[in-house]
Amino acid sequence: MSEEKEKIVEAPGCLTAEPDLEGYELVYEKPHTFTDVPMHYCPGCGHSTAHKILGEVIQELGIQNNIIGVAPVGCSVFAYDYLDIDWQEAAHGRATAVATGIKRIRPENYVFTYQGDGDLAAIGTAETIHCINRGENVTIIFINNGVYGMTSGQMAPTSLAGMKTTTSPYGRDIKTMGSPIKVSELIANLPGAFYVTRQAVHTANYVRKAKKAIMNGLRYQKLGLGTSFIEIVSNCPSNWKMTPLQTIDFINNEMLHYYPLGDVKLPSKEALDALAEIEKGEKK
Amino acid sequence: MEQDIRLMKGNEAMAEAAIQAGIDAYFGYPITPQSEVPEYLSREMPSRGGVFLQAESEVASINMVYGAAGAGARVMTSSSSPGFSLMQEGVSYIACAQLPCLLVNVNRGGPGLGTIQPSQGDYFQATKGGGHGDYKLIVLAPSSVQEMADFVFLGFELAEKYRTPVLMLSDGAIGQMMEKVVFNHKPLPKTDKPWATTGKREGKHRSIITSLFIQPEVMEKVNIELNKKYAEITKNEVRLEEIQTEDAEYIIVAYGLSARISHKTVDLARAKGIKAGLVRPITLYPYPYDRIGELANKAKKMMTMELNAGQMMEDVRLAVNGKIPVGHYGRLGGIIPSPEEVLENFEKFIKE
Repeated sequence: MSEEKEKIVEAPGCLTAEPDLEGYELVYEKPHTFTDVPMHYCPGCGHSTAHKILGEVIQELGIQNNIIGVAPVGCSVFAYDYLDIDWQEAAHGRATAVATGIKRIRPENYVFTYQGDGDLAAIGTAETIHCINRGENVTIIFINNGVYGMTSGQMAPTSLAGMKTTTSPYGRDIKTMGSPIKVSELIANLPGAFYVTRQAVHTANYVRKAKKAIMNGLRYQKLGLGTSFIEIVSNCPSNWKMTPLQTIDFINNEMLHYYPLGDVKLPSKEALDALAEIEKGEKK
Repeated sequence: MEQDIRLMKGNEAMAEAAIQAGIDAYFGYPITPQSEVPEYLSREMPSRGGVFLQAESEVASINMVYGAAGAGARVMTSSSSPGFSLMQEGVSYIACAQLPCLLVNVNRGGPGLGTIQPSQGDYFQATKGGGHGDYKLIVLAPSSVQEMADFVFLGFELAEKYRTPVLMLSDGAIGQMMEKVVFNHKPLPKTDKPWATTGKREGKHRSIITSLFIQPEVMEKVNIELNKKYAEITKNEVRLEEIQTEDAEYIIVAYGLSARISHKTVDLARAKGIKAGLVRPITLYPYPYDRIGELANKAKKMMTMELNAGQMMEDVRLAVNGKIPVGHYGRLGGIIPSPEEVLENFEKFIKE
């Protein structure tokens, strides 16, 4: 135990000792799909929750050895530091093109991208639309917090009308800056989109639903019938200049009015029946 | 054994060679004068194996190449000048992430949208970087339809040996013209790629394909590693062809299409009693600096002939290092000079 206690976690600029757990009952632990690297996300940020449920899903599906992630440019650029799976780090906006290249070569692997709003809905719009239009058999996890987080708070394609950012200091004027893009509704029109849903992670209930959506999004790759798209409306305490609690109010009162939660496109009953058959076979 | 001899366009020969070299995937976007490549592959690959995908842009193509190469595939793309410019960001990422792949630029006239006629205006882009950061591509310059086929095999061999992207820099004439081509290449064995993302198997250290090294100390190490590799490539992989250089007093240095024209010019010059010779760099990176420098010890003058404003002349000057005068003759914008026109200007340069 004393040896365990002194185990130092390797992380740049961060030293963490393992806590002494003797005499305690283990009621919760992080997913085994996680590395020991401490996350760089700001306190209260939805990314860490989204990562956590993704890690849980990968663990519960038992696909840690069979999944390849594509990390974006943006706050989640270091996603590969945290989830203990194979990863490729893509150029800004190009995650879905990279995922296409991987999945076409390795159709037997689960492949997903994890992208923010600037990456997916601004610089990577063409790649996003065409990946989904081809119905690439990949899962896209899209974190929408209405702001460029990594570069410290500039306007995103999803910033709400009137939202003040460092590049819209007087508020987003939709006459000159365009309207916030509802990506889920936009791409649900494409025949290649198999499953499109908008979720959130700022309450326990939403977290459970989002986790189920991610799980379904990955499971649907067994069918090969198109792209699964899971949008997660999230927050950014640092760049919204709010406390984490205030961001929850802002999501509830502002973000979710413009970005309503729920399924935008669901698989057919036949497809779900086919999936049930496949999964029955897997159990045998 | 009967030889497989065909009459083909350079672009088609290259595409056929790619299939014979065992490519797992091709990602590309149409652009003149290289559209025969995706056309040929879209026709042939469904029955002969491998992934053909027409991407929404060159930007997407090169990033699909990144993904597929990172997943362990033998993969290529092709384009022409404006399209290849669009790929430069991805090329930089691929070079840094050390992903083997074959890139082809069938050079057309520029700058800008330019013209669809042949040019060598992308020499700097190909050999001096192109994208951001300190990286190099191995650059092969075919001067015949045969070489467009041969260099696919050589390109993949070098790419996989050094874990680096290889560029075949052709041009609109070599890509479009029809010539005899012999297919007698040895099959390329599949190479082991333990670094590829294939899913984190039991006992296997996980693979991460990235070009992000945020700590400057680490980024510097990566750069030093890359430069060690480039030094190794420079030591081992310089290729050139020499024609009548043994006693040459006046040497033309030219690559690709220009080398074919200049070869004829050298013959014409010799017929007139001029001791002319030709140096044809086959690898534009690594460049044959040493050999050209050596030749400058005996020759009186050197002239590059290029379908550009004298880009390679700078490398010849570096090689010659002031020992003898170095000049340039070239045509721009897609114009191809005749051997006689080159000779006239070569003689002028000699007399200067």
